[in-house]
Amino acid sequence: MRVFRLEFEKLDDISDTVRELEAGDVVYLTGRIVTARDRAHMRIVEALKNSQEKDQILKDLIPEILSCPIYHCGPLVKKDEEGLKVISAGPTTSARMNRYAEILQIIPNPVIIGKGGMSEEVMKYLSGRGAYLAFPGGAGALAAEKIEKVEKVYWEDLGMAEAVYVLRVRDFGPCVVGMDSKGRSLYNFSVGAQ
Amino acid sequence: MVSRNEFVETLVSLIKKAETELGDDVIQLLREAERREDGHAKMIIQSLLRNAEIAKEKRVPLCQDTGIPVIFVDIGRDAELNFDIYDASREAVKIATEVVPLRPNSVHPLTRENAGNIPVVHCRIVEGDELRLAVMPKGAGSENVSKQMMLLPGDSDRIKDFVVQVVKEAGGKPCPPVFVGVGIGGTFDESALIAKRALLRDARKMNEFELEILREINSLGIGPMGLGGKTTALSVLVEVECCHTASLPLAVNIQCWANRKAFAVVG
Repeated sequence: MRVFRLEFEKLDDISDTVRELEAGDVVYLTGRIVTARDRAHMRIVEALKNSQEKDQILKDLIPEILSCPIYHCGPLVKKDEEGLKVISAGPTTSARMNRYAEILQIIPNPVIIGKGGMSEEVMKYLSGRGAYLAFPGGAGALAAEKIEKVEKVYWEDLGMAEAVYVLRVRDFGPCVVGMDSKGRSLYNFSVGAQ
Repeated sequence: MVSRNEFVETLVSLIKKAETELGDDVIQLLREAERREDGHAKMIIQSLLRNAEIAKEKRVPLCQDTGIPVIFVDIGRDAELNFDIYDASREAVKIATEVVPLRPNSVHPLTRENAGNIPVVHCRIVEGDELRLAVMPKGAGSENVSKQMMLLPGDSDRIKDFVVQVVKEAGGKPCPPVFVGVGIGGTFDESALIAKRALLRDARKMNEFELEILREINSLGIGPMGLGGKTTALSVLVEVECCHTASLPLAVNIQCWANRKAFAVVG
């Protein structure tokens, strides 16, 4: 089992290493990740409809989607005097986001963190470019310990679970590489949407 | 006489317990799985056990999907109540949302407008003069891959295959290793309810039929989080009830590895 500890400010910093990752490797991330699940993906796809300047639209909406790993997660957070604190933040089922795979086309070197795997279409967008990392599902308390702070929140109108959070993380893991840039997957079947 | 206050307070602390502490049966089965596995499958189970330790220590929810609170109330026929159980349950869940805390998961099914947390409550009349409470926070990952089927009377030798197929299609989505609640018989709705009630049992106690289904599920090799391994399910629990001579209702309620449940008696 190869173990990688990746430190980065943006995806470009680690894109070479990400392309070298193999399904079954274990990864710990230190840097920034951005959470997004069903409603945020829906909103992004809606904004990109009928437009040519897709990556400019993304830059204007949520630039971190282009430069940070996307974490499929609806965290449990609490507001206190110091701001937002993450109480529990394990991954949500990634397969529900299969239908928004087109967003991955716009991200130059996509890294997705989630659980349960994703579709063959997503595998296509990861090919030669990125990877899908599986964080242990349900390990919300463990994940919260690796989150140093909430740096930014977008779209709070979507509610606690569905809003977009930019999280600073240290040693976020263990993430198992579930799908790599060379078409290999540990999920021994195509993970279709529900 | 059971007071509303006592009911509400007990329910709030039960919800906190269920969300933050795993039962002995779950811990034991996870430890056995950890010993059985190697490589990344072993590492994943170790993370789940470590997560349980942290959650218990810090008294925080194990999983960010704090679920829909499913509340089972067995009302002793000699118990005296002067309050509305459903209203008191909703109040307890509202308080728990603040203090545990819980993620507000309930939405209107069509508009998707958030409604905080609204419990699902199942009441039954039983012997005695107490209220026996059970709380099972149920997340969407496991619920979404559960299935109910109206089989035909001649299908009884295909029940095992149907159950295994449900787990196979679910793959890594419900956070395996899973617990599998199976309801055979009753009516369309009753089969699903007994499948869910089955999940309240001590998961270590399985009969030959249950163990047989468990072995077949584990031979699928889906493994922890669907990443491959020997342990796809930790337990299979079957409940059986009489049904119509022309029907064979079958329900499979999948439960994730966390199998959150807590019990108390009031009055």
